[in-house]
Amino acid sequence: MTRKQRRLTLIAAALAVLGVALGLVLFAMRDNIVFFYSPTDLEAKAVTPGTRLRLGGLVAEGSVEKGEGQNVTFAVTDTNRSITVRYTGLLPDLFREGQGVVTEGVLESAGLFRADSVLAKHDENYMPREVADSLKAQGLWQHGGKTDAQDGGATAASE
Amino acid sequence: MFVEAGHYALTLALGLSLVQFLMPLWAATVRDEALAAIAVPAALGAFACVTLAFAALTHAYATSDFSLVNVVENSHSLKPFIYKLTGVWGNHEGSMLLWVLILTLFGAMVALSRRAVPSRLRHLTLAVQGAVAFAFLAFVEFTSNPFLRLNPAPFEGQDLNPILQDLGLAIHPPLLYIGYVGFSISFAFALAALIEGRIDAVWARAVRPWTLTAWVFLTLGIAMGSYWAYYELGWGGWWFWDPVENASLMPWLAGTALLHSTIVMEKRDALKVWTILLAILTFSLSLLGTFLVRSGVLTSVHSFATDPTRGAFILAILVVFIGGGFALFAWRAPLLRQGGLFAPISREGALVANNLLLVTACATVFIGTLYPLALEALTGAKISVGEPFFNATFLPIAMPLLALIPIGQTIAWKRGDLLGTVQRLWAAYAAGLAGALIVFALVRGGPVLALLGIGLGVYLLAGSAVDIFHRAGGGRVAPGVMLRRAAGLPRSAWGTAIAHAGVGITVLGIAAQAWSTETLAVVNRGDLVNAGAYTLRLDAIFPRTAHNYREDVARFTVLRDGRIIGTLEGSKRIYVTRGMPTTEAGIMTLGPSQLYVSLGEPQPSGGMGVRIYWKPYVIFVWLGSVIMALGGLLSLTDRRLRVAAPVAARGRLVPAE
Repeated sequence: MTRKQRRLTLIAAALAVLGVALGLVLFAMRDNIVFFYSPTDLEAKAVTPGTRLRLGGLVAEGSVEKGEGQNVTFAVTDTNRSITVRYTGLLPDLFREGQGVVTEGVLESAGLFRADSVLAKHDENYMPREVADSLKAQGLWQHGGKTDAQDGGATAASE
Repeated sequence: MFVEAGHYALTLALGLSLVQFLMPLWAATVRDEALAAIAVPAALGAFACVTLAFAALTHAYATSDFSLVNVVENSHSLKPFIYKLTGVWGNHEGSMLLWVLILTLFGAMVALSRRAVPSRLRHLTLAVQGAVAFAFLAFVEFTSNPFLRLNPAPFEGQDLNPILQDLGLAIHPPLLYIGYVGFSISFAFALAALIEGRIDAVWARAVRPWTLTAWVFLTLGIAMGSYWAYYELGWGGWWFWDPVENASLMPWLAGTALLHSTIVMEKRDALKVWTILLAILTFSLSLLGTFLVRSGVLTSVHSFATDPTRGAFILAILVVFIGGGFALFAWRAPLLRQGGLFAPISREGALVANNLLLVTACATVFIGTLYPLALEALTGAKISVGEPFFNATFLPIAMPLLALIPIGQTIAWKRGDLLGTVQRLWAAYAAGLAGALIVFALVRGGPVLALLGIGLGVYLLAGSAVDIFHRAGGGRVAPGVMLRRAAGLPRSAWGTAIAHAGVGITVLGIAAQAWSTETLAVVNRGDLVNAGAYTLRLDAIFPRTAHNYREDVARFTVLRDGRIIGTLEGSKRIYVTRGMPTTEAGIMTLGPSQLYVSLGEPQPSGGMGVRIYWKPYVIFVWLGSVIMALGGLLSLTDRRLRVAAPVAARGRLVPAE
């Protein structure tokens, strides 16, 4: 083979591999990406039940009900709207009423969300960034300590 | 006093690194090698100064000097002494100081590697290194100064985040940073070659030990981080495709490609321009990793303080070095002499395929990590890209790469014989197939992908064995002669075989996780829960206190076929100072497998919520990585490379000249 042919072989091989990779990425992008919503978004955008998504906000005060066999029901609120979340499993260490939380799962019907994982940050003052942003967007954000996510560590629980 | 001395030393180091950066470049324009040699004492001096600064901060932590903001925020007088020391880098400022310490250490080592590296190349390399050191020292000095005083000083500190109070923290960041920063040397060598306009096998031989060192430490750092997350966070997982984990995986993938392309360059004088490009790319990804972790743009397990000036500063460093590196590449690379030719079916060809697949795999990780950030910046939509995405993109690229390893290892240079190579590997294929079938028969089925993984893992192990067997003349000479020959093989050959066998072991460990089990239960005293072949019995739940936390412990007895094997304790801790709860997983290692217990909350009915995992062969995941690193280390001690190793690598640097 001449130098030119060899180079062409190499370029063709490179393009083939990159093409396959691009195909995989696009394919995976379509099915494996999860969008984040606040309770207000969820209602405003009329998300169809059965969609997999992330729901974030504050755990509404007085909403946590622990049932038998590690079943938990609580409400996620952005103080404007709230959605009831059902979850079975261990809750993260910092899961508390009034604290920020992000849950991932499937919307069963309007107002009811079935979570298979619950995330909360591993810090007293922390609020998940998405939650903080959506609260800010609604003008509910208060400064003073809450942004002070000193250091790291998320804790999560999943089914 | 110590503190001010430390701060002063840090500032001095900033000045010295500027000298190290500018003098060789100026000397290059006026063609004065003696002037360029100033870079050597400058690099040694900068290292000495940063060491002093680091020692001063360590002293402040060791003596709990609460007049320092950094110590107040991250330490406590009751904290165990070992965590006072490791707490030095358990925070943003301290960890950046560690980063700079390692950076200047590498600079000093290059400065001393007089025999291995031609002086012109060495001085230019030091100049680039000095530029990187200058940028990061300025970052520490102006945005992340660990020596800020607090007046009046409080009596007590706020303690270190409890999940960082762990021996894993003592080891993980230094290893990872040596890896990240080590690639700065490859980067500096690449830019020096571009500035000089000359690149050859001498360059490749000079740069390879550094790349290999960085790769070994990065491998260990990633493995350590994975194990730490596994036992400390209590989620039972060992890899989460978390952006910060990806940030360390990307330079590892690119660095692995670089390691292999440097071999081609050293042996066959080919792939020169590509190797230079990879060296720039690898360090760019290291910088990107530092940016992602340190700027707080990500919500992640590791996100530290969010401070926009810091983010902007690191972003500026990123732009200057990545942009500058690629601009220099675009300008000077066409001037480099073309490399040698080779046939597609050859060791070189296989290594090109390796590079192609590794870089593509790296690109998919890159897209998965940065796409959510880009999308949010552009449209405001928030998405999360998790495990399913990476399983669908990374795995299909990684699998052919793994299948290629033994072929690349045994095929001949220049013009290989694919059929002959495949024939030579028949034993490896048979072993892989047999392995998958045996597992299939023993566990009665299982996911196809996991069985494929088992087959691949066994094939990789057998492939390495076949490689050594053939190199030692197996089948052609008497067994005794073969053993003697095998013992006499170059260490780099053994290193390659061992590292690739390590990959096989990791793959086996990962594949075996398909058979792990997870049981969610509410248990009362005396209750039994099954996990794998074992049974756990809850014996007691009791409180316990240590000097900086109190905890509720659940003690289990582990039984197998009714026989008691041992006890296992998991706990829920509250760290008093921060009032922060953590879950301490209870782990029992049974051969290569583990039982893993994570505690939940007490139930209204009086029981305790627990999550119990059976993780078969999970140790292989990390063991394999450690073996990969050992292979790299062995290769590093090869005589051919040892000549190129730094003269006074053992440390104890005296200000020279």
